[in-house]
Amino acid sequence: MNDLTWVLGLPLFGTLLLALLRNHRVAGWLNVIISAMTLLASFLLALTVLDQNRLFFFNNLFFLDAFNVYLTVLTAFVGTTTAVFSRPYMAHEVEIGRVGMRRMRIYHSMYQFFLFAMLLALTSNNLGLLWVAMEAATLATVLLVSLYRTPESIEAAWKYFILCGVGIAQALFGTVLLYFAAFHVIPVSHNALLWSELQQYAGQLNPTVTSLAFVFLLIGYGTKVGLAPLHNWLPDAHSEGPTPMSAVLSGLLLNVALYALIRVKIIVDGSLETNIAGYLMMFFGLLSFVMASFFLHSRRNIKRMFSYSSIEHMGLMTFGFGMGTPLAVFAALLHMTVHSLTKSAIFVTVGHACQIAGTQSIEHIRGLIKTQPSVGWGLLIGTAAIAGFPPFGVFTSEFLLLTATINTWPWLSVILLTSLAVAFAGLFRNIQPMVFGEQPAQQVAVQANMLPVVIHLLLVLSLGLVIPEFLANWFNQVTLLITGSGLL
Amino acid sequence: MLSHLSLYEQAIFVLAALLLYTCFSLLAHTRLLDLIRAFAWQGVLLAATCALVAWVLEQPHLYISAILTLSLKGFLIPFALHRLVIKLKLQHTVEKVSSPTTVLLSGVGLVIFSYYVALPIEQLSTEITRNVIAISLAMVLLGMLLLISRSQAVSQVVGFMAVENGLFFAAVVSTYGMPMVVELGVAFDVLVAMVLFGVFFFQIKDNLDSLDVDQMNRLSEVDE
Repeated sequence: MNDLTWVLGLPLFGTLLLALLRNHRVAGWLNVIISAMTLLASFLLALTVLDQNRLFFFNNLFFLDAFNVYLTVLTAFVGTTTAVFSRPYMAHEVEIGRVGMRRMRIYHSMYQFFLFAMLLALTSNNLGLLWVAMEAATLATVLLVSLYRTPESIEAAWKYFILCGVGIAQALFGTVLLYFAAFHVIPVSHNALLWSELQQYAGQLNPTVTSLAFVFLLIGYGTKVGLAPLHNWLPDAHSEGPTPMSAVLSGLLLNVALYALIRVKIIVDGSLETNIAGYLMMFFGLLSFVMASFFLHSRRNIKRMFSYSSIEHMGLMTFGFGMGTPLAVFAALLHMTVHSLTKSAIFVTVGHACQIAGTQSIEHIRGLIKTQPSVGWGLLIGTAAIAGFPPFGVFTSEFLLLTATINTWPWLSVILLTSLAVAFAGLFRNIQPMVFGEQPAQQVAVQANMLPVVIHLLLVLSLGLVIPEFLANWFNQVTLLITGSGLL
Repeated sequence: MLSHLSLYEQAIFVLAALLLYTCFSLLAHTRLLDLIRAFAWQGVLLAATCALVAWVLEQPHLYISAILTLSLKGFLIPFALHRLVIKLKLQHTVEKVSSPTTVLLSGVGLVIFSYYVALPIEQLSTEITRNVIAISLAMVLLGMLLLISRSQAVSQVVGFMAVENGLFFAAVVSTYGMPMVVELGVAFDVLVAMVLFGVFFFQIKDNLDSLDVDQMNRLSEVDE
């Protein structure tokens, strides 16, 4: 038994156990406990990798290096804090009769399965298995999106299912093409889908096939990242599903999809002379970034607004990775971390805000700071953090990304700055009345657990002030892996 | 003209042509039961291709894939869809496709486009893989065309599965399948997806009183 068995085994065990458990209160607690144990196991796993460059498990089928180890810990961490939030939140939803007991079983079971699928995708060395895990994560979230069984949620889930299903099928075609290119090059054809092998032989892969493969992989995983123009599923799925799911969807699933995209980019870059993969990512990243920052303004549903903010930030990261200079990649990696911490904290607060107001409509959420100061402040500080205020970590990473842009593509920094300002204005014009506005009569506080929010925002704050050495070291190793030269 | 090809290659070409034909017949059928029947044929042909490759090129693990495909795509999924259609009383529905000729013609265009994309692979590989990649790409695109040209949830699912078939065809002939763990995983995902689709049919039916997905418009951005 090694640590990875625990990291993958615990959530899988949780899936089965929580599917059978009838009592939803006990299940809520068990959900927290199992996630916390997974987090502990992933910490131990990270400690083993800390001083080793790359670690293989189970016949090379799984591996850990600097790139996926920090994402594994991040996934387990956000999974745990969201589970802490989800316990009282979902109990409240049961009380007001939005979900029944049977569906609570589905909810808890799929929550664990979703975590399992993401951890599987992150640690898999086999690109085919990575695809299978991404598809499994999609299927799990489809069930979660349709949990409330309202016409809207069914519509959102159907759209999500079809768009992401077809999108991700393109990624499988890309994977098949990559396998086809590697089939004749890698001596043991059985290993030809292993990422570590592909990276080693990348220089010998046929460039026409790999560039064709990358186009399909970009469409496929790009759909899941939420890149424009295939982002339509994202606001629907976020707004109609239960809020804990929005938190893990924005905070984690988008990251994992981007992770998959970057893994294949490394191989494709090794095979091609040109930076065509990078240019494609820059274009679609920037397109999503600009589009989402404008779309933020006219949203009437608070969860839709923040899901557009997620598209915006994922676009920015994709842009950074596409640019491919060491500084840009380092900044994008940092941005991945701080964005998922901040965004999941925001969704937790938004969940409470919606329960206070009894609606998700921005117009009807008012006076949060008077009704429940902790939620009001949480929303305000979270939004300040995501909008890129110093001294939060998002500011640091955005500043670094901007610097990298000025170094390489100076004229693009104008677009970046404008969109950042537009997004900033869009967020605050909506948030300000919600937090400070006139409080409606009979609005009462709900039972809220703000601990996850506090922890996340403190982490983001501290990452903005100082990055711990081991983390900087990991980021640097990943930068080395992606660009060929480190930053530090 | 085809005499320089071995019997195996000729057989693969015939199967590829038949698969492409089933794709077009999917596009042309407007009755749901006919559509499902054409889809089942596609699954059977795919399984036959798989078994042929396994037999001629001595790739024993492909026999497992062939059996999986035959049971899943040839029988189980079409059978489940058939039952769902009967249960939801949709067997007499004739789908309205706004202009069937345009759909079929754009299908032809997609096939030509696929060949255009696959041609650069020429330097690398044999005639057979090049054709197979082109045809499987065409199958993927035709599946997507089916998805967007139809509004019935059942036909969208068939389109979804047809896309998957195209991928599988490429994998079987050009690389003799994927590693076993991947293939089992994909089969598992397809199976779960099918179960989910079945659940969704009932939920959509409950909410909309039909399976016409075009009636879903509560989440459009304009009147949000």
